[in-house]
Amino acid sequence: MSGVNDLALKIATVNGTGSASANGLLMQSIFRMGIPVTGKNVFPSNIQGLPTWYEIRVSGEGWTARSPEYDLVVAMNPATYARDIAEVQPGGWVLHDSSWPLARELRREDVTFLGVPLARMGSEHFHGSRTLILMKNVGYVGALAALLEVDRDVVRSLLEERFGEKKRALLDANFKAFDLGFEFAREHFEPPLPIRLSPMDATRDSVLIDGNTAAAIGCLYAGATVASWYPITPSTSLVQAFEAYANRYRKDPETGKLRVAVIQAEDELAAAGMAIGAGWMGARSFTSTSGAGISLMSEFIGLAYYTEIPVVFFDIQRVGPSTGMPTRTQQGDILMVAYASHGDTKHIALFPADPKECFELAVAAFDLAERFQTPVFVVSDLDIGMNDWVVPRFEWDDGYRPDRGKVLTAGELEAGAVFHRYEDVDGDGIPWRTLPGVHPRGAFFTRGSGHDRYARYTEDAGPYTDVVDRLTRKHATAAAHVPAPVVARRPGASLGLVTIGGCDAACREAVHHLAERGVPLDYMRIRAFPFGDEVGAFLLEHPTNFIVEQNRDAQLHHLLLVETAVTRDRLASVRRYGGLPLSAVHVVDDVLGLLRESGGNGHGAAVAGAGSAAGTASGARGPNGGGGGGRAGGPGGEARRGRGAGPSRSAGRGDGGGS
Amino acid sequence: MTHIEKPRVHHPALEQNELGLTRRDYEGRMSTLCAGCGHDSVTAAIIETFWKLSVPPHRVAKLSGIGCSAKTPTYFVKEAHGFNAVHGRMPSLVTGGNAANRDLVYIGISGDGDSLSIGLGQLCHAIRRNVDMLYVLENNGVYGLTKGQFSASADVGSVAKTGEVNRQRPIDPVLLALSLGASFVARGFSGDKAQLVPILEAGLRHRGLALVDVISPCVTFNDHEGSTKSYRYTREHEVEAVEADFVPLRRELTAEYEAGDVREVAMHDGSVVRFRKVPAHYDPTDRDAAYAYVRGRQEAGEVPTGLLHLDPTGQDMHRALGTVETPLVDLPFEALCPGRDKLAEILAAFR
Ligand SMILES: Cc1ncc(C[n+]2csc(CCOP(=O)(O)OP(=O)(O)O)c2C)c(N)n1
Ligand code: SF4
Ligand SMILES: [Mg+2]
Repeated sequence: MSGVNDLALKIATVNGTGSASANGLLMQSIFRMGIPVTGKNVFPSNIQGLPTWYEIRVSGEGWTARSPEYDLVVAMNPATYARDIAEVQPGGWVLHDSSWPLARELRREDVTFLGVPLARMGSEHFHGSRTLILMKNVGYVGALAALLEVDRDVVRSLLEERFGEKKRALLDANFKAFDLGFEFAREHFEPPLPIRLSPMDATRDSVLIDGNTAAAIGCLYAGATVASWYPITPSTSLVQAFEAYANRYRKDPETGKLRVAVIQAEDELAAAGMAIGAGWMGARSFTSTSGAGISLMSEFIGLAYYTEIPVVFFDIQRVGPSTGMPTRTQQGDILMVAYASHGDTKHIALFPADPKECFELAVAAFDLAERFQTPVFVVSDLDIGMNDWVVPRFEWDDGYRPDRGKVLTAGELEAGAVFHRYEDVDGDGIPWRTLPGVHPRGAFFTRGSGHDRYARYTEDAGPYTDVVDRLTRKHATAAAHVPAPVVARRPGASLGLVTIGGCDAACREAVHHLAERGVPLDYMRIRAFPFGDEVGAFLLEHPTNFIVEQNRDAQLHHLLLVETAVTRDRLASVRRYGGLPLSAVHVVDDVLGLLRESGGNGHGAAVAGAGSAAGTASGARGPNGGGGGGRAGGPGGEARRGRGAGPSRSAGRGDGGGS
Repeated sequence: MTHIEKPRVHHPALEQNELGLTRRDYEGRMSTLCAGCGHDSVTAAIIETFWKLSVPPHRVAKLSGIGCSAKTPTYFVKEAHGFNAVHGRMPSLVTGGNAANRDLVYIGISGDGDSLSIGLGQLCHAIRRNVDMLYVLENNGVYGLTKGQFSASADVGSVAKTGEVNRQRPIDPVLLALSLGASFVARGFSGDKAQLVPILEAGLRHRGLALVDVISPCVTFNDHEGSTKSYRYTREHEVEAVEADFVPLRRELTAEYEAGDVREVAMHDGSVVRFRKVPAHYDPTDRDAAYAYVRGRQEAGEVPTGLLHLDPTGQDMHRALGTVETPLVDLPFEALCPGRDKLAEILAAFR
């Protein structure tokens, strides 16, 4: 139940009106009050004029997933009043601009309307339409601050940091607008509301950061020197952040010149080519894009795979297929990155769950790329990449040195080292390489056409398969070196729940709630492909594993079937792919739904064990009971919103839930 | 097979360059192109060029896309690092390679299909960035490797071996490069090595992208009567618009030519390109004049060749990127990683 430090807000505004900065101010203030908070920007693919939403969830317990159960909605966009007001939880609040009356049909009996005449107050105190709009935004932040007990001093100091003494007038105007909203709410609404904030000390060692910035810092620290890119939401901010940091931290103090090359390419094909060319030369290079870009890069990805060139690709996933929904999140590229390009290709892919892991796995990606001489994908998504997350501060060990992998030096070549580019000297599938220009004996011909272990052109079956079979061994070797899955076991759990990437927060929370409801689950979050042995072992340990992911086609589920020894009967699929970040309530709903349904599907024994623990009506799970009985039998174990799961061991939802 | 091993025999009498290397040292593997293919003559001119300029073979990076032309890097400078990549994408690989290591000598070999169709965008943008490289476009008017389809450089009215007549206007790489502001634009003919070698020499020494379009007939698919990229047609219609000599930095300038007949342009490293027999009013450093001249000659049914345009002041990609002089690959990790204390500074902005 919502209450102190446990609440969800939704703020509905118009894109391009400066509301993002006001919402950020609110979010950052809560963070500074030491309270765990999450912000999700739900924005349109548009620069100005379309509806946009910002969701803030406060969770003293530290849950960071999105919550679609809004206690309070700030309705600032008349164009979306109807749907925004409809989404407030019964008993909740709607904060709206009362400068104009709210249409009668928008009124709801079960929520409280808090009207603040923001536009009117603004025009009384400010001039110029732009200022007015900006001030309206800060005004609702002020009202919310009063209602929720946001620390006014914290807001003040944040505004001071933001505008400084140099922009004194702006600072004053902002604070005045804040106070107008604040005072109005105090006078008219008897704050605080029962949902409110209370200072904590839970964010002292945390930062509030987005995943793209975090990944950029990772690239900076890993020593990347060449970045090539073509703008595409939601990846653009990654290279832009990298460039900004490079301008600051990679500048030669004497000459002012840069120890980095950031190249905005003409398209993603060229961006991939540049990164590969630089990797071939021995630089740590990367490109950052989204799924559409990976599609275009595919031919080059195969080239890098087959010629064994280290290079890092960031894929910040968005909703596909095609242009899809460019400003919504999804995990639709899992299969694509695993096998990108024509012919037999297999890659290394890392799946960060939050910005801190974006930083860490960015560094790991460069080490793996050089160690295994192959493209490595860091697969993030719009939610991780562009939203601000509260995560523990990143650590850095000054003892870190890049793993350059097996590179023969000029000295070794001079001393007569035997060098055959594609020979498996060490039995791990990884050959030795040389860098161009280093030594005459290191020269060889890199080619995407058929080649033998000596890097010579071939059209003969034997020498060709010799090389591609070694590539298979190399990929298998990598399984033991990529980041291991994160596993959390629960006493009494017999079933498993498995997920990947940004679903982590919602899944951990769901596993917690399910345990409270008598469904203890062991939890595994996969962090990399190829799958290490632990992944398959975990799946085989559990008669049923719920595979939770954000795509229509159960891509992780399929990858697990293909790449581990698990059989189909042990996997049940939970999917949400409507474009919004996953919420725990979705997972809880779908898992319980699947458990109820399982009686009739021939795997009753496996799921029934957990089902009885869930305390749902036993009639649901009789050998001949079928799903209907299940639904009739028991809402007892259900999640907060009644939403029936699919009829089989698969629950897919396009609605993203909650909106 | 795209190559056959060639025995390496050193004859003491063979002429040596400043590095003590003979022309043999700049050869590659044996060509497997059709006998008489123009591309093999271009390869010979490239070998001569590298030898004459005494470029250390292992400091050369030779790259190509896909096509008969793209196979040729295998046939020269065996001790260079080679990269035979994907169709039409050589420029981006050179761009990234050069970004990472600006100290190597880059040569990219391409074909008219590789550069003017699938790879047109990459060619244009490499020119725009002025990537420091020698870009040799072996132009035969057809896709050789896929057996003779017209390419985008085929002239209107040119007849294919199948009898098909091309009706679409060609993309002329020289005019394209001039209009894009390329800093070095030349056209040669594979049948004229004496003209081609100095152009390639100047192109290698040029800082920035040197585009050399070489008419390089495909004897198998486009050397017949009716083709406008045949040996015969090119010989009959070629006019050496601008003759150029390349005088490397260290070589003495000799006054072989009448004053007034010669125009000298100094390159960034002090080498000199000496233009001879320059038509009246033709200024090879004036891009617009070069464009007008080439267009005029083409209208008259001629194929103008020579080093047509040179802008020695051109700033290459690194200048625009503001990168350090040291190749990025040679920077120690300590110069790249800001370290633990700076991380605290960076993260302080995220509180
Ligand atoms: C993506 C892709 N599409 C098509 C091809 C087939 N292909 C190989 S070479 C070539 C044309 C080469 O023509 P050109 O560049 O003029 O070279 P030439 O053989 O004439 O020297 C084509 C279309 C390919 N290799 N890759
Ligand atoms: S097909 Fe034409 S371009 Fe290709 S090798 Fe033969 S002659 Fe040369
Ligand atoms: Mg051709």
